[in-house]
Amino acid sequence: MSELFGQEPFWVVALKATLIFVILVVYTLFNIWLERRVVARMQHRVGPNVHGPFGLLQSLADGVKLALKEDIVVKAADKVVYVLAPILATIPAFLAWSVIPFGPEVTIPFTDTVTPLQLTDMPVAVLYVLAVTSIGVYGIVLAGWSSGSTYALLGGLRSSAQVISYEVAMGLSFVTVFLYAGSMSTSEIVAAQTDLWYFLPLLPSFVVYLISMVGETNRAPFDLPEAEGELVGGFHTEYSSLKFALFFLAEYINMVTVSALATTLFLGGWRAPFGIAQVWEGANEGYWPVLWFLGKTLFFIFLFIWLRGTLPRMRYDQFMAFGWKILIPVSLGWIFVVIVLRKLQNEGSIDEAVVNWAGVVAAVLLIAVIALRREKPTPDRPEQATGSAHEGYPVPLPFDELQKEESR
Amino acid sequence: MSIKGNLWDPVAGFGVTFRTMFKKVVTEQYPFEKVPTAPRFHGRHQLNRWPDGLEKCIGCELCAWACPADAIYVEGASNVDVLPDGSPDASGRFSPGERYGRVYQINYLRCILCGLCIEACPTRALTMTNEYELADDNREALIYEKSDLLAPLLPGMTEPPHEMLISDDHQDYYRGKQLPIVEAGE
Repeated sequence: MSELFGQEPFWVVALKATLIFVILVVYTLFNIWLERRVVARMQHRVGPNVHGPFGLLQSLADGVKLALKEDIVVKAADKVVYVLAPILATIPAFLAWSVIPFGPEVTIPFTDTVTPLQLTDMPVAVLYVLAVTSIGVYGIVLAGWSSGSTYALLGGLRSSAQVISYEVAMGLSFVTVFLYAGSMSTSEIVAAQTDLWYFLPLLPSFVVYLISMVGETNRAPFDLPEAEGELVGGFHTEYSSLKFALFFLAEYINMVTVSALATTLFLGGWRAPFGIAQVWEGANEGYWPVLWFLGKTLFFIFLFIWLRGTLPRMRYDQFMAFGWKILIPVSLGWIFVVIVLRKLQNEGSIDEAVVNWAGVVAAVLLIAVIALRREKPTPDRPEQATGSAHEGYPVPLPFDELQKEESR
Repeated sequence: MSIKGNLWDPVAGFGVTFRTMFKKVVTEQYPFEKVPTAPRFHGRHQLNRWPDGLEKCIGCELCAWACPADAIYVEGASNVDVLPDGSPDASGRFSPGERYGRVYQINYLRCILCGLCIEACPTRALTMTNEYELADDNREALIYEKSDLLAPLLPGMTEPPHEMLISDDHQDYYRGKQLPIVEAGE
C-alpha cells in the first residue's frame, strides 16, 4: 500500500474525487448507450443511432428528459423516507469507488506532485466496499416500504432478501483472494497479481463471484425486484423524474462497481492484459493502466449485457435455492481446499505450481459433476381422474365419456 | 439427460445471441429512408371519381354501416340538375344518378384500417391508398373531411358540380360504358 494514502494535500484528494465522480457519471451514460446498442444487435435491431455520433448522446437526452419530468410524491408515501431513499441508494454507489485502484503512482500533469490513481486505500478496503454497497440496499428497501404501494413493497423485500443471500456467496468468494494476496487492501491485491491473475488459480471463486455479482446488482436474469411482469416496476414503481433517475444511476454504477471489483480481485486490476506487458515495457506505467482497467471493466459490463440478452428471468424460489444450496456450499468447500493447499505449500510439501493449477482442476471437476448429473426421476403423478372430481375439485367429463353417457 | 444436455444446452443460447450480433439487422431507417409498402397495404382512404370528374360516391352509407369501429359519417343529398320551375340549381350534380355524399367524414382516431368499408362500397367509390403517415397533434385534424379524402382531378376531369358528361344514362357509368369524355361547357 502506498504511503501517500491519507497524507495527500487536500487539492489532490478533491481533484481525484471530482474525477471519479465525472468518470462514473459519464461511464454510466456510456453504459446505458452500450447496453441498448448491444442488446439491440442481439435482437436483430440497431438501437439508438440518431442523436450524436452512433447515437452516443441518446442517454444524455434521456437523462435531461427524465430530470425535466414532473416530480410526483404519492399521497400514501412516507414523505421523508420516500425522498431519502433514492439518495441513500446513490451515494454509497459512488462511495465504493474511493478504494478502487485505477492505476499505479503517476505525476499529475503540470505539477511535480506524485499520487496513486486511487482516491484512498485502507487495510480493509474490500470489506469497506462490501459494507458500503450493502447500505445501498437500504435505499431500495426503504423506497419499497415508503412508497405505500404493494408492488413496491414486494419489490423492496425481494431485493433485500436477494442481496443478503448473494452477499454471503460473494463474501465467501473474496475469502480465497484474501488468502492468496495476504491482504484486504485493493492496491495490495493488485500488486499481488503481478505474475498471475487470480481468476486462474481461483477459478471456482471467480465463477461464484461472477454469478453473485449479477444477483447483487439486481440484473437479468436475477432482476426479480423489478420483475415487470409481476411487480410493474418493483421498488421504483412510484418514483418519477430525478428520483427515478437516481435509482437508475445507482443501478448502473453498482454494475460498474462490481465489475471494477471483479477486475481488481481476479483480473489483475489495472495491469496490462497478458502479452502486452511482455512486448511493451511501459504498458504498466503512467496513465496507460487506466485504459486496461476500464477495458477490463467493460468486458464485465458486456458480460452483464450478454446475460440480459440471453437468459430469461429466473423464478424466485429457484433463484434463492441456487444461492443457498449451490453457491454457498461450493464456496465453502472450495475455501477448505484452498486453505489445505496453502498450508501444504507453506510447509513446503507441495509445489507452487500445484496450488496454482488447483483452481482449474476444481473447476473441471465441478463441470464433470454437472455433466454427469442425472435428472431426478419425477415422482409418478396419479393419473388425472376421469370422473367428476379430481383431487376434490369437480372437472368436466372427457368428450368420449360424455357421448357414452348420452347414448345410455 | 445426456452429457450434452447437461453441459452444452444451457450455454448454447449464449452462442445464439453472440452470433446474432454480427448478423444483418432488420431495422428500416424509417424517417430517413421510406421503404414502399406492400401494394395492397391498407392506408388512408380515397374517394374516387369517374373519368369526367363526377364523384363515384352515391351517399348510400353502406361503408358507415360496415364499419366495425364506427369511424365513418356520411350524409347523402340529392343531385339536382334543374329545379321544378326549369331554372338551373346552384347545388347542382356531383355524381351520376339520384344521390351523392354531401358530407363524408372518416375519423382516423377510430379507424382501424380494416378495409370492410371498401368491401361494402357498391360503386368502388371508396378505396384505400398506401399512405400511412396519419399522425397528428390534435384530434380535430384527424377527422378527415370529404375534401381531404377526394381523389385529385386528373387531366380531362372537371370539378363537379356539372351534368353527366359520359352518358345521359347513369346506368352507363355503373356498367363501365366508356364514352368519349366531353369537356364541360362544350
